[in-house]
Amino acid sequence: MSVDQSDITKVALLARLKIDEADIPQYVDNLSNILGLVEQMSEVNTNDVMPMAHPLDAAQRLRADEVTETDQRDSFQALAPQVESGLYLVPKVIE
Amino acid sequence: MHTKTIAQLSAALRSGEVSSVELTTLFLERIKQHNPALNCFISITETQALEAAVAADQRLKAGNGAPLTGVPIAHKDIFCTQDVKTTCGSRMLDNFIAPYESTCTASFRDAGAVMLGKTNMDEFAMGSSNETSYYGAVKNPWDQGRVPGGSSGGSVAAVAARLAPAATGTDTGGSIRQPAALCGLTGLKPTYGRVSRFGMIAFASSLDQAGPVTYNAEDAALMMNVMAGFDERDSTSVEREVPDYSANLDNGIKGLKIGLPKEYFGEGLDDNIARVIDAAVKEYEALGAVVTEISLPNTGLAVPIYYVVAPAECSTNLSRFDGVRFGHRCDDPQDLFDLYTRSRGEGFGAEVKRRIMIGTYVLSAGYYDAYYLKAQKIRRLISEDFHAAFEKVDVIMGPTAPGTAFKLGEKADDPVTMYLSDIYTIAVNMAGLPAVSIPAGFVDGLPVGLQVIGNYFDESRLLNVAHKYQQATDWHLQLPKEFQ
Repeated sequence: MSVDQSDITKVALLARLKIDEADIPQYVDNLSNILGLVEQMSEVNTNDVMPMAHPLDAAQRLRADEVTETDQRDSFQALAPQVESGLYLVPKVIE
Repeated sequence: MHTKTIAQLSAALRSGEVSSVELTTLFLERIKQHNPALNCFISITETQALEAAVAADQRLKAGNGAPLTGVPIAHKDIFCTQDVKTTCGSRMLDNFIAPYESTCTASFRDAGAVMLGKTNMDEFAMGSSNETSYYGAVKNPWDQGRVPGGSSGGSVAAVAARLAPAATGTDTGGSIRQPAALCGLTGLKPTYGRVSRFGMIAFASSLDQAGPVTYNAEDAALMMNVMAGFDERDSTSVEREVPDYSANLDNGIKGLKIGLPKEYFGEGLDDNIARVIDAAVKEYEALGAVVTEISLPNTGLAVPIYYVVAPAECSTNLSRFDGVRFGHRCDDPQDLFDLYTRSRGEGFGAEVKRRIMIGTYVLSAGYYDAYYLKAQKIRRLISEDFHAAFEKVDVIMGPTAPGTAFKLGEKADDPVTMYLSDIYTIAVNMAGLPAVSIPAGFVDGLPVGLQVIGNYFDESRLLNVAHKYQQATDWHLQLPKEFQ
């Protein structure tokens, strides 16, 4: 399995990653090589095998729907690049 | 004093032979002296360390110290530590002061251990050489032209150079065991779910597990006594009683059944490493263990499926870094899309971007079944290989890594070759099993690790098996020349 330049551009868009044009050929090489390694999977018959999502096959633990966390908005917002009146600021989204 | 184990330091603190302030000062001085060359630490928390040491000395004087009270240790910079910079080795988090404490580091803090600083690591724990860190490569104390292994390279190099008596690490595909092997230390990856992941920055959530890096198995047991346990804030934490990991260290191992997987001794293994492992196995036979050959037929598939499962989970986990709420934000974003893509493009390094790209690709529409689902099915086959083996044997042994520490830059341009250096460690994460790497000899002056894999929650036995070997051999007592 190999990928081409248009695959890289599409995946970078999906991943919201800015990639330099000059680096695209290297991504094509690297990703093709890694997918080549992964290709060995196709030789294995897995028709009757259940996928394993958790190493111990544990189910998700549930808890009562109660408030357990305290409000720490100020300390969390102290880390943000840009806030105003308790709101996170981003560039204008709607004209 | 800097060459003592944490068990010895604990005894010295209790008897009053040394104070925590004296010990902490000693290690801080060693860090200042050697860190410029080795680059083990991203942050040195001198002020907090000395405050914690004063508190520990008071606690010891009052007679209510725990075994690690007053003992200085280092934490991998993947654990959130409140009010202390927590970078995960990434430019993305270069400005991140954690607003809360991880459960793992909180346990050490509550036990009275003194944090010396936060150790260097591959960016977001993605790497096997510690060369992907935004803060630069870490050097191997045995040969500073070589890598310490990764991703817990800073933790391991710090302990190997005696800049800290012990450290925490994390292991997603070998990130504790492989550097421990390359630097001549004892590194334990516990059973998945044994140590809380709360506050440990996520890479691949179904594989990540924290564990100790120490001089010997006795110290690893002391660290595990603090780290292990159920945590309701980690949804995958296992609710199960925690044994006293120190209690069974001295048990005899006569009749211990050791399995040697034939797939771990075939093509790709350096002959010199094979000889060291053979000699270690003979030592176990001399101690009364019984050795049989076993087969783990799907071993060769572990690396291929890892490079589906781990990137898929990483691309999902790392989607939270968007330049909006915390972390790096690009200058002067034109619109929201530009803010996302440039913040992420600038904040992440090459290897992290590569893995996000792979993960996004294998999870994208139309590919999920062929890649992610297929890999999770093969993961079960790998896991079943181990289940079958543990019907017949108590522990599985083999090399931790296929070679000794490689030269800086040697594999940096070839991701696939780098990935294959984790061939013996990755299957263990896939199955969620515990495993320990212990020093077993040298090849051309560089340490070699023996990997011992155990059944689920069998950490006590692994540490017992490691301890008995360390009582009969002195590989773990060897020190790199410049740091004796």
